[in-house]
Amino acid sequence: MHTAKPGYDKLIFELSCPGRHAHSLPECDVPVSDPAQLLPKEHLRAAPPELPEVSEVDVVRHYSRLSQMNYGVDTHFYPLGSCTMKYNPKINEDMARLPGFARLHPLTPEVAAQGALRLMDELSRDLAEVSGMDHVSLQPAAGAQGELAGVLMIRAYHLARGERRTKVLIPDSAHGTNPASTALAGYSVVELKSEQNGDVDLLDLERHLGDDVAAFMITQPNTLGLFESRIHQITEMCHAKGVQVYMDGANFNAILGITRPGDLGFDVCHFNLHKTFTTPHGGGGPGAGPVGIKDHLAPFLPTPVLVKDGDEYAFDWNRPQSIGKLQAFWGNFGMLVRAWTYIRTMGPDGLRAVSDNAVLNANYILSRLEGEYDRSAPGPCMHECVLSARRQKKLGVTATDIAKRLLDLGFYAPTTYFPLIVEEALMIEPTETESKETLDEFCDAMIQIAREARDNPQLIHDAPVTTPVRRLDQTGAARQPRLKWTPQAK
Amino acid sequence: MRYISNTPAQQREMLAQIGVGSIEDLLARIPTKARLSRPLNVPAAMAETDLVRHLRALSALNANADDYACFLGAGSYDHSVPSPINHLISRGEFFTAYTPYQPEASQGTLRSIFEYQSMMAELTGMDVANASLYDGASSVAEAALMAHAVTELNAIVLSKGLNPLYRQVVETYCEGPGIRLKSAPIGDGATDLDALRKAVSGQTAAVVIQHPNFFGCLEDVKAAADIAHAAGALLIVVADPVNLGLLTPPGALGADLVVGEGQGLGVPMSFGGPNLGVFAAKQELVRRMPGRLVGATVDLDGQRGFVLTLQTREQHIRREKATSNICTNVALCALMATIYVAIMGKVGIRKVGELSTAKAHYAAETFAKIPGVRLRFTAPFFKEFTLELPKSPERVAKRLMKEKILAGVPLKAFDRAQKDCLLVAVTEKRTRGEIDAYAAALAAAVA
Repeated sequence: MHTAKPGYDKLIFELSCPGRHAHSLPECDVPVSDPAQLLPKEHLRAAPPELPEVSEVDVVRHYSRLSQMNYGVDTHFYPLGSCTMKYNPKINEDMARLPGFARLHPLTPEVAAQGALRLMDELSRDLAEVSGMDHVSLQPAAGAQGELAGVLMIRAYHLARGERRTKVLIPDSAHGTNPASTALAGYSVVELKSEQNGDVDLLDLERHLGDDVAAFMITQPNTLGLFESRIHQITEMCHAKGVQVYMDGANFNAILGITRPGDLGFDVCHFNLHKTFTTPHGGGGPGAGPVGIKDHLAPFLPTPVLVKDGDEYAFDWNRPQSIGKLQAFWGNFGMLVRAWTYIRTMGPDGLRAVSDNAVLNANYILSRLEGEYDRSAPGPCMHECVLSARRQKKLGVTATDIAKRLLDLGFYAPTTYFPLIVEEALMIEPTETESKETLDEFCDAMIQIAREARDNPQLIHDAPVTTPVRRLDQTGAARQPRLKWTPQAK
Repeated sequence: MRYISNTPAQQREMLAQIGVGSIEDLLARIPTKARLSRPLNVPAAMAETDLVRHLRALSALNANADDYACFLGAGSYDHSVPSPINHLISRGEFFTAYTPYQPEASQGTLRSIFEYQSMMAELTGMDVANASLYDGASSVAEAALMAHAVTELNAIVLSKGLNPLYRQVVETYCEGPGIRLKSAPIGDGATDLDALRKAVSGQTAAVVIQHPNFFGCLEDVKAAADIAHAAGALLIVVADPVNLGLLTPPGALGADLVVGEGQGLGVPMSFGGPNLGVFAAKQELVRRMPGRLVGATVDLDGQRGFVLTLQTREQHIRREKATSNICTNVALCALMATIYVAIMGKVGIRKVGELSTAKAHYAAETFAKIPGVRLRFTAPFFKEFTLELPKSPERVAKRLMKEKILAGVPLKAFDRAQKDCLLVAVTEKRTRGEIDAYAAALAAAVA
């Protein structure tokens, strides 16, 4: 790995030198500049905050060095399952930074923000088409907030019909946000057992479906990377009991142009624009989590709802049955510009080719690695595959160890220990943007690690050694949390 | 298909390795009935040059702060964004990384977040800050949920000085857990403390107060803290950290939680998102905090390193019992804020506050001299103030747009009682020339 200056171990606070500065602020051009003459004294800070005093070159060099202590998609293959770490097109960035978008205040009168509103309207229509849903709200800030919005709309729907349902069914293979969002919406979570391949256990589902159940929430394709083929049966079983069906859209990258949740009987789904629609992950965000719904849920959409009257776009705030607002303004607009740009770059054929190639790449990895690692489910997978390091575990080499060794070999690691139903899980998602050459290098590395597990496990236990730091004491960090810099902290 | 690397020849090789004849064979588990039998009905692919031309035209329809003098605030501000920020955050190693699940390969992100936590704790005067939430509004909502969980009490009292858009988000989040929301009215621009005292009870989990508040006025945070604490409730202060280089930190005034919008710290306005949710707390509340935390530790060789910590609070471990459902946060916006604070430093962050205050007060004084125009409140204000106009604020704002001035936010949509009012924000970027031009245009508009 391209490392920063060897041993670089500074925090910006530790570069501070009294009297140095990097800011370039205007001189005060109005008569009274002293805040003590303008504000009551008790409101003014007694002492200045203890912040760094550094020059611009200090700042640029420090953060450039920190960046070199990271792996990103621009520098490394990043097979982090369920996160869809695909290439982030550069044109998206240029477009999101156009002053008419980046420098637009959210409360600019609607008549003077028509370009932004039109882009939002077009994106929501495109997402509705891609998902087969009737309406899309762009407001949720991330997938988990999209889930909350979806579940709250389901709740409002049942309440409007005079039904008090208290439970939501969620398979044991679900993403952790599903139960967390559901609990936040005031429901109790009932966990359903999955079949071996991650499919829904229909008998268990049947047993739990009742008039106290508000929704069934599943990921399609499931978290083992398989398409749930009995999906129509499932949505019909749920609807027969008045239960709404929610699709977690984390795995949308597998199905673009192939199948649509709306056509499968789902009532709600969310999108992770930072996954399927190439907005950058930024070290953990921002994302964007638009939510799509069928017509019967439309009265409950978050406010405001974007409407078009003739050629004019406007926000409709008069939605008496709405679940309300989710963030202060209208959505993570900067991410919406990127997703819009991506969809226009790809067109219908391009979007379909995305999923075809994502599926091809995942199956290629699976076929090359199934000799050395246990696969978690039979049959072709969709856009990601889940392996188990069960065999390696018997030799004392865990999924974590394999992940760390991969870092030394020039790759970021797969997702480990998820889904929870697979022992020593390694969840690999190559995405469509990776080439056969990259996949081959990765598979070669994985096969090498399997061989090392047999011949030289110590090598794996010592990994990583090429990274700026070696394995870190996570237990110690949690036991005695040190969460901020202090002058004595060094 | 420039983002797809495999050639048709490579696809054939890969299919042969897998042992199938076509990609279609890999999709065999998807029943025919579930298939979309036509291409997606989205517009055809556009070449890059056409796309750029089209989006430039679309963006030009928007009245942005490069072309207009922006006096709009109410939660999003036109503060200056130093040049290095965009260059540094655009480095692919920051930009295209994800949540630092493998700390050894993510020290850049982790280290910068640790710096961010340290800076936010210092600015707010609190013991600990998390690695960011979505925006100011959802941060207030998460704080309300947390207060409910910590105190096991069921009511939250919100000052009417809280941004009404934030209040709406709190209402959404409190719906599921069944938390009851009460209001404390404002008097002359600031929260009416006697009314606040009456609004709290033994059932109050928290009092929420914004400082400076939605109308720009400064609150008596210490008095609000005393009222909350006397009732056994927590005090949640909603603050804008860009102001805290100059204002007394809420932590020194008795706040238990400080939350707010960090967009002013170098994050573009971007039509309202992504923003930056700031969340800081007292030490004893750290294990109940929502969101991510980065902690310092050591590696096998004893060298300092950083990791995500206290993750047992989070949804991937605790699932339905997690402190919140937040997963993806706004790490890149937190990085922007970190670089911003580093650039401004100890002196610059204070200067931003001083300049904004000075210019806002000059503007308020100048505007209030115009016949028929007056300041709605006499309470002390910071960088934002409320004007009462003799004519419809919507119409006045529309008229000033012709002079390339975004005059402020008409308050009618937020509060019928303020239907004659315009909320005006003045940052350090506004010049005396712009303010004087505003005054002239305003005088003409209300004459």
